Amino acid sequence: MADTVRIVVDGTATVVPTGTTVAAALGNAGRLAMRRSVTGEPRGPVCGMGICFECRVTIDGAPHTRSCMVSCVEGMEVVTEHA
Amino acid sequence: MHESVSEVLVIGAGPAGLAAAAAAAADGADVLVVDENTRPGGQIWRAERDSGVQSEAGELVTLAMSHGARFFSGTAVFDAARGPTLFAVNGSGPLVLRTKRVILALGATERQLPFPGWTLPGVFGAGGLQALGKNGLDVSNRRIAVAGSGPLLLVVAAWLERRGAKVLGVFEQAPRADVMRFGRGLWRHPAKLLQAVQLSGSLVRVPRYHDAWPVRAEGRDQVERLVLSVGGHERTLDVDYVACAFGFAPVTGLAALLGCAIEDARVQVDAFQRTSVEGVLCAGESTGIAGADCARAEGVVAGHMAAGREDLACTACRWRDRERRFGAALERAFSLRDELCTLPTADTIVCRCEDVAWSELVPREDERDAKLQTRVGMGPCQGRVCGAALEFLKGWPRGRVRPPLIPVTMDVLAAAGAARHRGEESAS
Amino acid sequence: MKSVDAIVVGAGIVGAACAEALAAEGLRVRVVERGYPGGGATSAGMGHILVLDDSDAQLALTRLSRDLWAERSREWPAAVEWLPCGAIWVASDDDEMDAVGRKALWFTERGIRAEVLDPAQLHDAEPSLRAGLPGGLRLPDDSVVYPPAATAHLLARAQERGAVIGHRVSARVAGDGFVVTNDGTRLEAGVVVVAAGLAAPGLLDPPLPHLRVRPKKGHLAITSRASGFLRHQLIELGYLKSAHGPVGSSIAFNVQPRATGQVLVGSSRQIDNDDPMVETDILSRMIARASVFLPKIVDLQVIRTWVGFRPSTDHNLPVIGPVPGRPRLLIATGHEGVGITTSLGTGRLIADHVLGVASPIDPAPYLPERLVRDGVRG
Repeated sequence: MADTVRIVVDGTATVVPTGTTVAAALGNAGRLAMRRSVTGEPRGPVCGMGICFECRVTIDGAPHTRSCMVSCVEGMEVVTEHA
Repeated sequence: MHESVSEVLVIGAGPAGLAAAAAAAADGADVLVVDENTRPGGQIWRAERDSGVQSEAGELVTLAMSHGARFFSGTAVFDAARGPTLFAVNGSGPLVLRTKRVILALGATERQLPFPGWTLPGVFGAGGLQALGKNGLDVSNRRIAVAGSGPLLLVVAAWLERRGAKVLGVFEQAPRADVMRFGRGLWRHPAKLLQAVQLSGSLVRVPRYHDAWPVRAEGRDQVERLVLSVGGHERTLDVDYVACAFGFAPVTGLAALLGCAIEDARVQVDAFQRTSVEGVLCAGESTGIAGADCARAEGVVAGHMAAGREDLACTACRWRDRERRFGAALERAFSLRDELCTLPTADTIVCRCEDVAWSELVPREDERDAKLQTRVGMGPCQGRVCGAALEFLKGWPRGRVRPPLIPVTMDVLAAAGAARHRGEESAS
Repeated sequence: MKSVDAIVVGAGIVGAACAEALAAEGLRVRVVERGYPGGGATSAGMGHILVLDDSDAQLALTRLSRDLWAERSREWPAAVEWLPCGAIWVASDDDEMDAVGRKALWFTERGIRAEVLDPAQLHDAEPSLRAGLPGGLRLPDDSVVYPPAATAHLLARAQERGAVIGHRVSARVAGDGFVVTNDGTRLEAGVVVVAAGLAAPGLLDPPLPHLRVRPKKGHLAITSRASGFLRHQLIELGYLKSAHGPVGSSIAFNVQPRATGQVLVGSSRQIDNDDPMVETDILSRMIARASVFLPKIVDLQVIRTWVGFRPSTDHNLPVIGPVPGRPRLLIATGHEGVGITTSLGTGRLIADHVLGVASPIDPAPYLPERLVRDGVRG
């Protein structure tokens, strides 16, 4: 398996080490505030284990996906609130 | 819809689940382990991105598989019916899990308590930051404050230090005297004493404070500063990340859905890890917080019981009981102090999913009235985060559990419903 | 001396509307609620404000009520989530399309705005519907509300006029001008209004044998926020067959957009079922039915499901008015799946009766005495 994979975040390609979750990749790319709450506050991951749902982004077209539970794979398309 | 049949179905691949699977498989049962993470280990034994499955987890997985146990990773259970029959979903779609005996090893979640600014990105759980870090979030050279309660804070701080973070301090809310007494009591648990000494060693450079808790997180789009109360005085730290959690809350949702008795916010089990429902056992933190070693011991008891080997289950009971006593000591030493109830101000968001503020919740009579009138607990997390906080702040019990246990698409829910109906038809 | 003019038993939306209507007329009102406001059937309901054409009496009550909701639209606070989205009754085949034509005429003759939509117009109005549907009937003046908040608001308005609301006060007996609570306290009033849903028959002393209110279980599912998926409340024409159908379980397509952007999916009916468990096979049938009309609905994420129990009578109308021979004991229950809408009309009828004035609609079809006179089991 390759050491890195290439994913697309809000239209920009980025290379991450294999096995990185989408949430971690977003955090490392300066997009820790990946969502807005219902009243518009910036939000990002908290629990790291799929409980809090604060890390939701759109992954390969599927909205409301918990990014801390998904490992990056080659060609994955991620859309955050910054798109 | 895929269907999988087993003799013993283990839900959760943390210490309890893996120990149960290994025990039951070694006894000759046909075991299937279902876990929602991509790799086994649960939370405390979570695999690192770059170094593979944790050694303790790996040993048990190897042992279980050598006796024929199967593992479904990345698979989450969302509904359950009599049988027991469970319904789960993974990347391939929905699946039906039919079995004779279920072992629930659901673990625990961290308890987050709200304080002003806690919703800023960069304020994580303690285990939460570690999990994100193990999954690739870069923590090197980040200034990190670790706060909240419990020995996990030290484990997380040590891990962060190893990964090159600048841990500014560990801020424990429990009084110093209680923690010292707990430390002195560790002679009863030599293995833990050793762990504690090792931890202290790796935290030599990290200041540790007691009677300390967060008061306010500040920043614009991300946390920049953390204000804490330390021994009665306010201190402000410039931070990149905050790792904060106040102990754990047992996960009980699937047990509730199966009809198991839940009391005192934990799944009730007898001396053999049996729940109130025939054919359903429970092991690990779901039965009460007591750490990984207790979870393992309970897993062994449950695994042997599920495989029909009560004799072998008995041999693990004394070990389990000793670990439970450790759990009780943990609970006493790190119980949450009253001052933490005063952390949220009127504007502090308590329900993050629906942005419900503390002032809206204060006048509410009970949790159901609060839910209907303020929407607290109605969002995607279905009250898991705010529920753990409100258990402490208001003494409210968790609400009724209904399917789906996690959000699933309609077609998945429909497939499960149809399969359940077919199952009931053929059973009658 | 009477301490209050009226006691209302039950603070669901019907009781709240009665309390408000009575208090607005200057009466001293006391509300007795065994739990907390809106905690029963009200909390489970879909909150559709609609007109129904299954009978003249049903139309009269729903039309009166719908108008009352709309007249007060600017009054409703944000929490009530007032959404004037309109409704479309969707036809699946040519027979149903013929029925659409007849219904449109029927409504229009009675002064209710109703538009027939052909396939192109249906698609414009609701793009998520599948192609190939023959059309539908659009009722632009239907709306959606969030019932628990509406209940709280109505009670708050009643309190502004001096009404007293007692939470966690259970009534054991409701009689001619008095209520006895669980701890034995006797409360006197000029009149008692029993708006206690399924519990109503059991409170009456002496009982009214003709009053039978049966639970009709309904399932609901709500999605995560998915703005733009739906614009109108959508119901299949076969819905009324389901609502009035024989015993057993029945499903009908009925979905609703919420102000939050979530989609609420109904509907099911299981008569005489009061089991609080969510039955996923019923949900499965509801989802299957919904996907016939909205193919992409299967991709929406369900975050929560729940059940409710509609208080149902056997004659498809609520029971509103005085118990025969007991002029100071009034009933207001049996609203089945229309209670959110008709709560306001019920409040009006009850208040008018207490004041001895004529109502905007004829109260006769809903009177309890009708049950006795017609030998209809209520």
